[in-house]
Amino acid sequence: MSAARATVAVVRSERAPLVDTLHEWVTTVDHKRLGILYIIYALLFLAFGGIEAIIIRIQLIRPHNTFVSPQVFNRMFTMHGTTMIFFAAMPLVFGFANYLVPLMIGARDTAFPRLNAFSFWLTAFGGLLLYFSFLGGNGLYGAGNAPDVGWFAYAPLTSRTFSPGHSTDFWILALLLSGIGSMGTAINIAATVLCMRCPGMTLGKMPLLAWLNFTMAGLVILSMSPLTAAQLMLLVDRYLGGHFFDVQAGGSAVLWMHFFWIFGHPEVYVLAIPAFAFASEIIPVFSRKPIFGYPVMVAATLAIGFISMSVWAHHMFTVGMTSAGNTFFVLSTMAIAVPTGIKIFNWLATIWGGKVQYRTPMLFCVAFLFQFLIAGLTGIMLAAAPFDWQLSGSYFVVAHFHYVIVGGILFTIFGAFYYWFPKMSGRMYNEALGKVHFWLFTAGFHLTFDFMHVPGVLGMPRRIYTYEPGRGWDIWNLVITIGVLFQAVATLVFLGNLLWSKLWGKVAGSDPWDGWTLEWSTASPPPAYNFPSLPEVRSRRPLWDLKHPEDPDWHYE
Amino acid sequence: MTTALISATRAAEVDRRAQSPDRALTMRILKSAVPIFCTAAAARANSAGEPLSPTNIFAPASTPADTISGLSLLVLTITGAMFVIVLCLLLWAVVKFREKAGAGPGEPAQVYGSTQVELAWTVIPVLIVTILLLATARAIASIQNAIPPPGAVEVSVIGHQYWWEYHYKKSNVVTANELHVPVSSPVHPTPTFLSLFSADTDHSFWVPRLAGKTDLIPNHPNSMWIDPRETGVYLGQCSQYCGVQHAKMLLRVYVQTRDEFDRWLEQQSGPAAASDSTIEGRRTFESTACVNCHTIRGSTATGTFGPDLTHLMSRETIGAGAALNTPANLRRWIQDPSAFKPGCLMPAMGLSDSQLDAITAYMETLR
Repeated sequence: MSAARATVAVVRSERAPLVDTLHEWVTTVDHKRLGILYIIYALLFLAFGGIEAIIIRIQLIRPHNTFVSPQVFNRMFTMHGTTMIFFAAMPLVFGFANYLVPLMIGARDTAFPRLNAFSFWLTAFGGLLLYFSFLGGNGLYGAGNAPDVGWFAYAPLTSRTFSPGHSTDFWILALLLSGIGSMGTAINIAATVLCMRCPGMTLGKMPLLAWLNFTMAGLVILSMSPLTAAQLMLLVDRYLGGHFFDVQAGGSAVLWMHFFWIFGHPEVYVLAIPAFAFASEIIPVFSRKPIFGYPVMVAATLAIGFISMSVWAHHMFTVGMTSAGNTFFVLSTMAIAVPTGIKIFNWLATIWGGKVQYRTPMLFCVAFLFQFLIAGLTGIMLAAAPFDWQLSGSYFVVAHFHYVIVGGILFTIFGAFYYWFPKMSGRMYNEALGKVHFWLFTAGFHLTFDFMHVPGVLGMPRRIYTYEPGRGWDIWNLVITIGVLFQAVATLVFLGNLLWSKLWGKVAGSDPWDGWTLEWSTASPPPAYNFPSLPEVRSRRPLWDLKHPEDPDWHYE
Repeated sequence: MTTALISATRAAEVDRRAQSPDRALTMRILKSAVPIFCTAAAARANSAGEPLSPTNIFAPASTPADTISGLSLLVLTITGAMFVIVLCLLLWAVVKFREKAGAGPGEPAQVYGSTQVELAWTVIPVLIVTILLLATARAIASIQNAIPPPGAVEVSVIGHQYWWEYHYKKSNVVTANELHVPVSSPVHPTPTFLSLFSADTDHSFWVPRLAGKTDLIPNHPNSMWIDPRETGVYLGQCSQYCGVQHAKMLLRVYVQTRDEFDRWLEQQSGPAAASDSTIEGRRTFESTACVNCHTIRGSTATGTFGPDLTHLMSRETIGAGAALNTPANLRRWIQDPSAFKPGCLMPAMGLSDSQLDAITAYMETLR
């Protein structure tokens, strides 16, 4: 019956004139449409950030290259970092959370649909503001320029002395706006998880994805607040004569670092925990087994969230803290490796004894396991403060956090794209193109980021627009740049696959993966009201219970 | 000369490596174990006698760098072992448990968890982390809490937008970019203690073979120390983004024997050489804006915004390593610094050819 109604809706929207359709999308408060808006917006900014990365890599392909000026290079790495974190990764995560959380907990929408729309548009205009700096960065006086203070914008480089003009203001305002948007979305996700679950779904029966996004939302609320406060303080410094970070007047440059990183480190987990959530849904379905150790997975997630609030100063081992201070942050940082390790082992145990189907989403998740393992281990190296005194600020660190964000987070996001594309679009993606994307991207990723560790060990600092020959860095930089080209081509294959499949893909049906969570119980794409009647669940895998009435999960939980 | 110094350093390094079979063995073990196989490749190339880079963190030549390198090898060994174990489990799982073509329908056994197994992979990592924490804490204390012995040389390092200024304590010597320090030995330790300051934005002092990096932050004095045990030139550069020309804020540390170092200090503490033949260049220099930023002791130039030029010609590079200090480069630099270092804070002064020649000739007498 629900499928019939969905067909009616589709027919109606095809008849509507384009302007009406656009109007519907702009004014929508439907969590699914907002989710898709977030995702499309993020893909656009992923492309911008990717182009900036390509420019950075062409400049560094050989020593003393002059592809771009130092000024342009500095803008490129600032914009690349800011774009990828705030306007690509976070909207991707929020988009999937928006789309999936209500569906997976059997709700008809989020708790605050209007706040949801408001938050999306704040983020959207934040990104536009950031990119307007290319045109309006210096106001009316000259050619525009984009921010060039680095994505963590250390004081006092951001003071008006060292950053005249308005490029830094665009950076501040863009992050301020989108930060408020992020907090709105986080409040909405948390409230949805707490208040909107369908009958029978206790906290202990929620899909892991809901648990993990709930933790993510808590972290966003806690970590965005200091960032927003810091942006306001910086604005006060720049325009109202404040002295928070004004070192000439007794202010503190280190204070900015603390404010930024008490946001910045939880931010890593804001992105990583939803990535874990995708892996925790995809790996069980393609291994044909329930997630191994559900309670421990939840506990490990909460532990990661909790500990992640106390590790920020490991970004600051070189700023001259006391030996006791350094040792504390070594302790807290290494402690976080334990719950993270538990997660990896539990995913492994989920695969163990299963019947693993290597469809594209699963391929991305297996690569994620391998790469996240390495990222975690290089994280332990960086957590050993003296080792970090050598590696901090070098290309080793750049390699490490790209291993986390690309090798860990982006890989599972790609997996999530393929896994939920049939649900969102109603059509199957092209499996062959999906595999081409996977292998090309994986090859490119390893060419780029495996070899990027080496120049770091050989003393190459990050954020340099050129370097001397004879340091042993040349060959590595060449290989790194070649890898980027593979990734760029792979991303085009991915985007092409999405477009082609949306238009001409095979009709997917409501449950193409033989899944177990509630989103697979409704039509693809789901109707505006999600479920014709609210589902009632008795276990963590309601659809398993339905498909195996002789041996349902609630016998064991 | 520089090349000679560097190759001498390299030769010494090869000797030292040949004498430590233990480390070579560790390296060889690492090669097979370390997740970032390239790191190990770096180490291997080094022990084979082909220096990979003059700024390799695994070719330490000073106590702090040694301590770090030792700790790093321990961390690499442990993480490498963890990598191998988990990788084997993962490979086994993804190959062994793949869906086989001939297998019948039906789901595999549904396993929900196991308290014992999960407890095991919680407790074992806790133990490993404890070992790593203790080793790390010890290394931190030994480097950070060192006290300067009586023979220590003390230097204040001031970071500027795109160059380094050095003040030698207990003498009036001020120089730029190229730090000279005495060699230190266990019998007669003469470490160099650096007090780190910044005149503008954040910088970071990093010479990988001598020590880890420490930031130079305005209004937040820091310190670090080195005790290089071999003479030679050690390279490094600013490693905290500080503005447009962060890339060309290079560092050179010249490690000399105690006698050479004392002679250098003596020579540097004197006033600038005066020569009648270049009086015209000196007048031009003193009558243009050069003096607002530069000091030449014994002249009217007392600016402090740019590097002290009193003994400019005793330095091998100009522009914080942007170019070799040859007469042609020097002239071009004075004419237009942005030819070497676009965005640096020294402006092109719009000097005529004859003024340029005169000033360059004057500079060349500042030995």
